[in-house]
Amino acid sequence: MASQKKFWQWSRGTYRFLIVLCASVLIISIIMFYKYGDELHWDAKEKDTYIETPENDTERIENGIHLRTGLKEGVGLTETINNCTTCHSAKLVTQNRMDRERWTATIRWMQKTQNLWDLGPNEEIIVNYLVTNYPPGKKGRRENLDNVEWYELKN
Amino acid sequence: MNRRKFVRRSALAAFAGLIGTDIVFGAKMTEGYVPLGAQDPDPFDLFDKDPEMVLLNDKPWNMEARAHLLDDSITPNKYMFIRNNGIVPEQNEVSDWKLTVDGESVKQQKSYSLSDLKSRFAPHTYQLTLECGGNGRAEFDPPAKGNQWTIGAVSCAQWTGVRLRDVLEDVGIKNDAVYIGYHGADLHLTRDPNKEPISRGVPMSKALQDETLIAFQMNGKDIPLVHGHPLRLVAGGWPASVSGKWLKRISVRNKVHDGEKMEGSSYRMPCEPIAPGEVISDDDMCIIESMPVKSLITHPKSGAMLAKGKTMDIRGHAWAGELEVGKMEYSIDFGATWKPCSLEKPVNRLAWQRFSANIAFPKKGYYEIWAKATDTKGLSQPMILPGWNPKGYLNNACHRIAVKIT
Ligand code: HEC
Repeated sequence: MASQKKFWQWSRGTYRFLIVLCASVLIISIIMFYKYGDELHWDAKEKDTYIETPENDTERIENGIHLRTGLKEGVGLTETINNCTTCHSAKLVTQNRMDRERWTATIRWMQKTQNLWDLGPNEEIIVNYLVTNYPPGKKGRRENLDNVEWYELKN
Repeated sequence: MNRRKFVRRSALAAFAGLIGTDIVFGAKMTEGYVPLGAQDPDPFDLFDKDPEMVLLNDKPWNMEARAHLLDDSITPNKYMFIRNNGIVPEQNEVSDWKLTVDGESVKQQKSYSLSDLKSRFAPHTYQLTLECGGNGRAEFDPPAKGNQWTIGAVSCAQWTGVRLRDVLEDVGIKNDAVYIGYHGADLHLTRDPNKEPISRGVPMSKALQDETLIAFQMNGKDIPLVHGHPLRLVAGGWPASVSGKWLKRISVRNKVHDGEKMEGSSYRMPCEPIAPGEVISDDDMCIIESMPVKSLITHPKSGAMLAKGKTMDIRGHAWAGELEVGKMEYSIDFGATWKPCSLEKPVNRLAWQRFSANIAFPKKGYYEIWAKATDTKGLSQPMILPGWNPKGYLNNACHRIAVKIT
């Protein structure tokens, strides 16, 4: 009886120790992953993938334009690329010019009807980016004809 | 992992959720990098389009013509604009394609194979003007949202098919039928199978017109994939968005069709005119029906230089939605004086009409040639932008080209 009780106490202690140990390992690894996750190379295959991503080519920014998407360089570019170019191409963004109210209304419309997700804190960053880089310009009721390519007309 | 990368991971997770699979090594993917499977090839090759066409959007595909490309009487495929709302369906096999007619107001639901349609109903061919409701959107101030069409989202090809009316008669329609709505095989941009990219329609009066077709040919050949192969509803003179592509189903409704892009500000105008930029409630918007009178100078191309003393031949097309164009004029003095153009009759109802003129210029210098059509009810194209609306529809302002006399 006595030895059984002793064994029971001993194993309870061991379990407690094991639980605490596991929990701390888990917490430490979550913290490490969060801090250094991107620097870790999980295996050789992933390393290859990383090198082959077209970061150097198509993610290049030239003359203030992000080459792959055609979006203008500016604060919030990354958030905009991440959230605004998965369904349709960025051309639908760069073609448009709106003020804050109308950009926001467009986002609401996509959220209501087109499966666009809640943008959370990114919404303000994205709307700021859009209003800064794609604001409405004045066109008036009819513009001059511009970019005319002149040529000799042969009848 | 910094905030930016966290954002990237969240976005990827969302994207993976959307396409329904895990993206392996997603965390290492560059920001916004599109996986190879989602990349698309050269649209000019893919869709047989002339390289002078203008690409507005590559996902979804949206492409417009330039005025001088639209000079043919019958628009060939290579100059026909593309307006897609979703993802073009993949089609290797269409032999088992079925068109189903259903809805509250059919006496029975019925399906037809392609060969049923071709063998059981008489074929008809019409040349039909299809213009995107948003053609000309780019000119509105404040800017209206959507693809920024300039002048090239219009075409007039020859469509062959069976009359929608004949098919509806065969199905049997109840007296309470109000509207038809189409359903196509295209996918929503998110590939969500429960969402349609677009599903619009027309009232019964338009559905029952002679010229409203379930078409299987364009310009004498199978309809090109991007224009709706193998079946397309074609209703000339109305916003081209009612001419549903990749037609799978027609629902005969006992109320106004409530499909995707029938509601909100899509293809709707303020019922009562509003000031530019004014905010308007969806309840005060009305569905666009016939397109307004309009014209395009297709020759010469803007930028022509001509020696003094020579005259210039101009030509183009004019159209007026449900109506005919009754009068065509041009001006070389910004509307101070208008001179008549000669105007041909349409080859059939709802086809555009040829106009032409021969112009003499009084002295050297810069001119603009403005063209103005007037419909049979006396409505003309405005020289300045017509009524502003949130989505920039129905801009039928006069087209003009720049010329120099040297
Ligand atoms: C979940 C999918 C999805 C995402 C993500 C998305 N959009 Fe859209 N968006 C759509 C769809 C679908 C349309 C309609 C496309 C069409 O009609 O050609 C659209 C249309 C638009 C339009 C044209 C609006 C109109 O009235 O025609 C703009 C501008 C736009 N999106 C900007 C954005 C911006 C900015 C973001 C990032 C915040 C974004 N989109 C993210 C689905 C999405």
